[in-house]
Amino acid sequence: MSNYRIHGATGEWEVVIGLEVHAQVTSSAKLFSGASTEFGAEPNAQVSLVDAAMPGMLPVPNRECIRQAVRTGMAVGAQINKWSRFDRKNYFYADLPQGYQISQLYHPLVGEGSIEVTLDEKDPEGSTKTIGIERIHVEQDAGKLMHDQHPTMSYVDLNRSGVALMEIVSRPDMRSPAEAGAYLAKLRSILRYVGSCDGNMDQGSMRADVNVSVRRPGEPFGTRTETKNVNSVRFVMAVVESEARRQVDLIEDGGTVVQETRLYDPDKNTTRAMRSKEDAHDYRYFPDPDLLPLELDDAFLHDCRASLPELPDAKRHRYETALGLSAYNAGVLTADVETARWFEALLAATAAAQGKPESEVAKQAANWLTSELFGALNKLGKGLEDSPVSPEAGAELLALVGKGTISGSIAKQVLEKMLETGDGAAAIVEREGLKQESDSGAIEAAVDKVLADNADKVEQYRGGKEALFGFFVGQTMKAMQGKANPQVVNEILKAKLG
Amino acid sequence: MSDDALDRMVPELNQILDWVEQLGSVDVTGIEPMTAVIPNTLRLRDDVVDADPLTGGNRRDAVLANAPAAEHGFFGVPKVIE
Amino acid sequence: MTDLADLTVAAIRSGVAQGSFTAREVAEAFNANVAAAQDALNAFIVATPEQALEAADRVDAARAAGQPLGKLAGVPIGMKDLFATCDVQTTAASHILEGFRPQYESTVSQKLWDAGAGMLGKLNLDQFAMGSSNETSYFGNVVSPWRRAGDTAQLAPGGSSGGSSAAVAARLCPAATGTDTGGSIRQPAAFTGITGIKPTYGRCSRWGIVAFASSLDQAGPMARDVRDCAIMLEAMAGFDPKDATSLDLPVPEWEAGLSADLSGKVVGIPREYRMDGMDGDVAKSWDDGIAWLKDAGAKVVDVSLPHTQYALPAYYIIAPAEASSNLARYDGVRYGLRDLPEGAGLQDMYAATRAAGFGDEVKRRILIGTYVLSAGFYDAYYTQAQKVRTLISHDFKSAFSQCDVILAPTTPTATFALGEKSGDPLEMYLNDVFSVPASLAGLPAMSVPAGLNREGLPLGLQIIGKAFDEQGVLNAGLAIEQRVGFVAKPERWW
Repeated sequence: MSNYRIHGATGEWEVVIGLEVHAQVTSSAKLFSGASTEFGAEPNAQVSLVDAAMPGMLPVPNRECIRQAVRTGMAVGAQINKWSRFDRKNYFYADLPQGYQISQLYHPLVGEGSIEVTLDEKDPEGSTKTIGIERIHVEQDAGKLMHDQHPTMSYVDLNRSGVALMEIVSRPDMRSPAEAGAYLAKLRSILRYVGSCDGNMDQGSMRADVNVSVRRPGEPFGTRTETKNVNSVRFVMAVVESEARRQVDLIEDGGTVVQETRLYDPDKNTTRAMRSKEDAHDYRYFPDPDLLPLELDDAFLHDCRASLPELPDAKRHRYETALGLSAYNAGVLTADVETARWFEALLAATAAAQGKPESEVAKQAANWLTSELFGALNKLGKGLEDSPVSPEAGAELLALVGKGTISGSIAKQVLEKMLETGDGAAAIVEREGLKQESDSGAIEAAVDKVLADNADKVEQYRGGKEALFGFFVGQTMKAMQGKANPQVVNEILKAKLG
Repeated sequence: MSDDALDRMVPELNQILDWVEQLGSVDVTGIEPMTAVIPNTLRLRDDVVDADPLTGGNRRDAVLANAPAAEHGFFGVPKVIE
Repeated sequence: MTDLADLTVAAIRSGVAQGSFTAREVAEAFNANVAAAQDALNAFIVATPEQALEAADRVDAARAAGQPLGKLAGVPIGMKDLFATCDVQTTAASHILEGFRPQYESTVSQKLWDAGAGMLGKLNLDQFAMGSSNETSYFGNVVSPWRRAGDTAQLAPGGSSGGSSAAVAARLCPAATGTDTGGSIRQPAAFTGITGIKPTYGRCSRWGIVAFASSLDQAGPMARDVRDCAIMLEAMAGFDPKDATSLDLPVPEWEAGLSADLSGKVVGIPREYRMDGMDGDVAKSWDDGIAWLKDAGAKVVDVSLPHTQYALPAYYIIAPAEASSNLARYDGVRYGLRDLPEGAGLQDMYAATRAAGFGDEVKRRILIGTYVLSAGFYDAYYTQAQKVRTLISHDFKSAFSQCDVILAPTTPTATFALGEKSGDPLEMYLNDVFSVPASLAGLPAMSVPAGLNREGLPLGLQIIGKAFDEQGVLNAGLAIEQRVGFVAKPERWW
């Protein structure tokens, strides 16, 4: 149960949140026409006569779009409706050439499902919550209107018109901005895993309509408002907060919340009521007479299911149990499909390079990736997708550590050099003579000198100041230019210090 | 619509609506509304871009050919304030 | 050269193939007739004589080169102005599409050109195919070539394919395309003494035909006899992947399969169609039809279509509902009329454009359609009508377990004078009482001339068949045609 509350003048308020996410389906062609869905083309270049709603045009559905929606439904454990139907949603707007949007109201393709979210990513052992999904259906996206290109005209670009969208409707199960953010992030991750949507919220391929209402704990749901087209997780959380606050203030001042559509202004961090987009709110939904009901057979469904990759929850569980990773690392590595892919490539190469099973090198690979590489890439302002170091190159580096050729701290230096120069780990170690010294004779000599030079500290150590051990290690390493095998240094020092 | 056009049309519409009301007297218990005039299954299309030039994209000139106000590749409409 | 214009499609086709005359001669003859009749009949919105000649020349050249000729080689036809024709104005008889030149060709018209036909022009029709008398066109009424004996009053050619029926009857073209949503091929065919068939729903592609009511619209041929209709329909029909409601079935060889021998066939006579106060001449033509079909070898039985009286109201809910949505795209944004008053915003532009662009009947139907789909009324009207539609379809299935085809009048009366019924929309709708049921059920249905009434005006008989059984319908039509001996031709007064 969430403890999030809005503290109003008259007491505490609970927030109820539902999200309707519109996700552009990854497909080559549009939902009902053969025009391309690629982002960034010249205006109206990716528009067919069907998309432009010329007289006499007719829709024919794209199998891939249906397939992607079914796979998405399966990935959230939802019921797939073998029989579903397309309905027309009728309204007038310049970005809607047909004067109606082909959608699915009465009989959607996908029914009820759910997503498990972890509420604090930093504490993956912490609480999880199941957020229900009411339905998923497919529908057409609208075109784009631009208002700032001309003093008296708005410009219409229909490239996006007719691209397939999945509308994923959650149950109103969320109770805090954090839950809403976690749900959206998890949903996005699942869509990217499934490959049905790229989740690029800043490009607009995924956007959320945020439904917010407030109530006294225990009372029925209040009237909700809908803030449309919010395009980042951060903004969604901000909308929840600001809208809930606005509603509480309104009610406590004696007003009532009006069911309306609002827009978020990220600069002011507020929502405002939209001027009505369509004259009628009655969309007069009715079954599209140009399309027959959609019927899916078992073979199709079987193929959809067989094509699903290992999903984030299952992968995370496997990383923890089969690979022995910490819950934290497992969470970080599975948060995004590309990260998991990179890690699994690293893992395979590492196991091969060291001739060991994956389960034995998994921790090493995971720790290096999350602590070392991520940190180094962050400093360079790069993401994993732009990493100059490949999984194979990482595996080579890890193999050098695994075999004892270099120490872990030297490995950090080597990584820096790898990022700078693009050279391989072995080549760098060779060139810069970074091999660690494991010969106990040489190390013993260095240790002896350090202890001799710091006799006073030796006395203090033996007298109980155990923290000085680190000082001796440091001095020894310094004397050996960092190349001493730390394990051997530790063993010898322990032996000599007593 | 102008007021006198409406004055003429409203009684006509009312008359038509009164006439179609008789459908309410039909017993339709257990009857499903018609979803497909002639039994047929919905055929799905392959996901290929521009497979048929008639239903594919890359036809900007054709798409804009009859536009009342085309500008720089866009359709122009009176400015909308959202 | 009027004798060329008296030839059927079949005769023109074989004449050209055999070299009895050139395709160009045929095209010239019809072009002349088209031009001569335009002021009086107004059957065409735009004539395209050059295109007819070009198509003819192509056929003549192909023949000279010994190349195979298409099934309609050398046959010039009229194209109802509801079919998109590439670069040729397509208006649906509406001001809102005046000047619109599609950059694409409808599937059905393309198939006809591919078969070697040529286009004489775009035929006038009721605006957006909404009407039964061709009195709702923005481009003026079509006048029927028929007149009552001893009377010069202008008569309606029927609708919505009024230009098509007038043109075929007046020998302005040997055949024309029509579309039929609630009777718009059959009723005008009956009113002008020609033959027309609406095939099974889905038989002809709707791609590129300006949509009126998607679940009802079907293209079909109108010509002077059954054989010509069979020839035309074979060329027009066929699976189209661009139309999701298109039937994926091979096109039968209807022409080759024509037979007027109905032995072994059973003809059903629906008792509910015999209405009180039925016009005496219409009742008589129906009885004649029954006798003719018996003579052709058929057995005749009584059948029942219990929900007949609800077909018209159901149609006038479903068709306007679909139309109100199909016509939403006419908004002045991407093509067609744009009416932009001074200082108007987007929604004002929509309102002004549509108010100026649509005729009254179109507005009426859009308003009704919008109403019956609106929240609170949807279940009572639209859903109810769709359920009644299912019942009507069941009625036919049940009747067809006892018979092969159904015989009925096409219309309750012969044609009427222009202006006679246009004041009362409801009275106009009642013209469709016999034709609408087959449309709702998606069944093939045709009208063949059955003689003249006491005023000297044509009457038609309707044959309705089982789904996919156009052959059965054509054959019964042929049996009637051979026994009627209908040679009546409107006396030329233009």
